[in-house]
Amino acid sequence: MLFVPGNNPGMMSDAHIYGSDALMFDLEDSVTLREKDAARLLVYHALKTIHYGDCERVVRVNPLSTPFGKADIEAMVAAGAQVIRLPKTETAQDILDMEAEIERAEKQFGIPIGQTRMMAAIEGALGVVNAYAIATASPRLVAIALGAEDYCANLKTSRSLEGSELLYARGAIVVAARAARIDCIDTVFSDVNNEDQLIKETQAIKQLGFDGKSVINPRQIKPVHRVFTPTQKEIAKANRILAASREAEARGSGVVALDGKMIDRPVVIRAERTLELAYASRAVFEEDEV
Amino acid sequence: MKITTPASAGTMESGDIMIEIESSDQREVEVVLKSSVANEFGKQIVATIRNAVEEFGLEYAVINAVDKGALDCTIRARVAAACQRATSSTAFDWGKNA
Repeated sequence: MLFVPGNNPGMMSDAHIYGSDALMFDLEDSVTLREKDAARLLVYHALKTIHYGDCERVVRVNPLSTPFGKADIEAMVAAGAQVIRLPKTETAQDILDMEAEIERAEKQFGIPIGQTRMMAAIEGALGVVNAYAIATASPRLVAIALGAEDYCANLKTSRSLEGSELLYARGAIVVAARAARIDCIDTVFSDVNNEDQLIKETQAIKQLGFDGKSVINPRQIKPVHRVFTPTQKEIAKANRILAASREAEARGSGVVALDGKMIDRPVVIRAERTLELAYASRAVFEEDEV
Repeated sequence: MKITTPASAGTMESGDIMIEIESSDQREVEVVLKSSVANEFGKQIVATIRNAVEEFGLEYAVINAVDKGALDCTIRARVAAACQRATSSTAFDWGKNA
């Protein structure tokens, strides 16, 4: 998911050509207080005019506790944003309050109720503690995400390269998202010139269970995709496991064996996940499946 | 709707347009455009600005625009922001073009 500052028309016009899965137009931290009105109009007109192809269109609005939140939601729902991202989510009530505003806007503009999805960014200790309640607060919620900079400030610490200060929050967010059956997206890596560390961090968060990572520069998209794309070896193995599973099912056998080893159900689930990622990253196409 | 104060919106960055708007004694919308692509797209840009001003509900205004290769949607957004600021209005009919 590529962050795009909401008051920069140059970046907004070609943000979709770099291959990110989602674009997140930002009306919050990247926009100064005196430009909030202009950014809202800019993102509104861009969403209504520019064809962003397959990129999912997410907008980070200002919190409802600010004078801008309500107007942001109204404008973005009217513009047809697919996902509204709420920053600094602390409780399930934050989600319910935003959902009520989204629903009001959908009714006002004749948009089917429930069409606009939601994402919550957890950026403080209270949000981490309430992660599961937040993740299950609304059926509109498709993902929760970690915002590390605010979280570290709230925790009275700072970000380090190895990320030990984020371990608990990352674990809590992955577990909450999995329990709620929604996606989880990791925070940004701010040093755009340090690709090696970006790759290391992405490998670590993938291992924790995250579905994706936010990026702040188009240069970061390829390295992140490379980490999340299964290798041809992994894809071939996943295909063999699923073929063995299908064969056992056809025989009416509950026991799946491959190369003389028994295959457990979790192994089959992992193989399915590998192929899902392979399709999503276009490392393999449906017709290639054996 | 009337202009109560001169106002501006936009930047001089590539892909953007700077719009300055003030009240006019003449009963018309006057647009003065500077653009590196004025020969090719000048008429179109002026028409887009004029259209956005009228859509906002202003009948008389002087607009100075410096274009840096803005798309139509950017021009419309910047004109709307300048008009809002000039009229101290926060109301915008989001559903109008929805």
